Amino acid sequence: MRAFRKVLIANRGEIALRIQRACQAMGIRTVAVHSTVDRNLKHVGMADESVCIGPAPAAQSYLNVPAIIAAMEVTDAEAVHPGYGFLAENADFAERVEESGFTFIGPRAETIRLMGDKVSAINAMRQAGVPCVPGSNGPLDSDEKRSIRLAEEIGYPVLIKAAAGGGGRGMRVVESPEDLVRSISLTRQEARSGFGDDTVYMEKYLTNPRHVEIQVLADAHGRAVHLGERDCSMQRRHQKVIEEAPAPGITAEERERIGRICTDACQRIGYLGAGTFEFLYEDGEFYFIEMNTRIQVEHPVTECVTGLDLIRAQILAAAGEPLPFRQEDVHIQGHAIECRINAEDPETFIPQPGRIDAFHAPGGPGIRVDSHIYDGYSVPPNYDSMIGKLIAHGENRETAIARMRVALDEMVLRGVKNNIPLHQRLLKDSGFVAGGTNIHYLEKLLKG
Amino acid sequence: MVRSPMVGTFYSSSSPEADPFVKVGSSVSSGDTLCLVEAMKMFNQIEAEFSGKVMAVLVEDGQPVEFDQPLFVIKKD
Repeated sequence: MRAFRKVLIANRGEIALRIQRACQAMGIRTVAVHSTVDRNLKHVGMADESVCIGPAPAAQSYLNVPAIIAAMEVTDAEAVHPGYGFLAENADFAERVEESGFTFIGPRAETIRLMGDKVSAINAMRQAGVPCVPGSNGPLDSDEKRSIRLAEEIGYPVLIKAAAGGGGRGMRVVESPEDLVRSISLTRQEARSGFGDDTVYMEKYLTNPRHVEIQVLADAHGRAVHLGERDCSMQRRHQKVIEEAPAPGITAEERERIGRICTDACQRIGYLGAGTFEFLYEDGEFYFIEMNTRIQVEHPVTECVTGLDLIRAQILAAAGEPLPFRQEDVHIQGHAIECRINAEDPETFIPQPGRIDAFHAPGGPGIRVDSHIYDGYSVPPNYDSMIGKLIAHGENRETAIARMRVALDEMVLRGVKNNIPLHQRLLKDSGFVAGGTNIHYLEKLLKG
Repeated sequence: MVRSPMVGTFYSSSSPEADPFVKVGSSVSSGDTLCLVEAMKMFNQIEAEFSGKVMAVLVEDGQPVEFDQPLFVIKKD
């Protein structure tokens, strides 16, 4: 099956290589676009054609919409795969691509736009019956009795948040009704002086949340399936460090229930291609936080436990092919874990660009390495510090952990500092080994 | 060396019938149009940054060019 004759890969690094491999296996010719510092990327060498689209800064190369569209024109490509990051969730780019007569491999521009705005995304999801964090659904007014009643309904502890706040600023946790009114007025004052807007709202405060997300696939014919969940609770500063599928402790019934809610929502909003519903999970309840309208870094763990190729599925969906399987054909087999390998100091987390003197990939049953690096490759200072992903799959979580430990010990990566020592530590950590730690666990562990 | 500032299609003249803007041996002054690069239906004039003599034209009319690709060699006066 050949969905397109030629696809342009509008990304770099490991995901560009992943897309290159998928296209090659499908018999699709490829065009690699790259910046001046990325001429020696592995996928650029493997692609059928390559086009330099700009200098090192991403704003002038990988985010340069006119240059990418011009590259599609001069190479006669039919479709563009945006990968993740860069232009992957840029609705204007998707629109420009389609207006220029090409296909954007991803959802429709209006879907990207709807999900790109936090408020419109949550409203759309509420209407589609997806559970969200319970809250005041709007600003709190000066009616104290109303606020007290709202907090009762939501259940303590509650969080008072400034509408204009963000990044942990302008919010206050309230444990009991006695503190409520005072906390609202304090947060209001802070919001007024800090952000020039004293609008505040209230939502449930989750004390022990995990990050659990649902992978979906939808075709252009109104059909959608889910591929189960991933647990990405091991995070530092909102950056995922380790991901796994399935999520420890989630039952088949829970998976079916939330998965069904997500596929129903996909059909309702006319979703197309691969997507992820991100949830906070606590005490058996899911609370929607956002939807990612693209392929994700951690997609390989889902591929391992379902046996599917998600990049291929994205390309086929964009070409208008109907989903070749139904929900009942999806089976979760075994357990998979992914460690993100970053060129960074394992203690300070400062990125470490530089030349890789030696790289040996680990191997053996259940081991997968998605990485663009090679002996002598130089990690440029201009982009993300992630240089690869190590994925271990086994018939159960214990086997996957055991294989990952061996793979981490086996991997040779010299020349740039990297976070392999951190992963080695985490794979032996009692909390991780037990499974089900919350999203604050890693930061607390690193502090302690 | 004059390099392409963008990805696009190289045109040596203003229309298929017209003579090329410059040829090997042409003398150019700063600001003279050397060629056009078309990207997204827009024709962008590439101008000489200094006066000199065209020593080499490195691409052919209608050929796709990438960012930073050498287009001309011009010897400064």
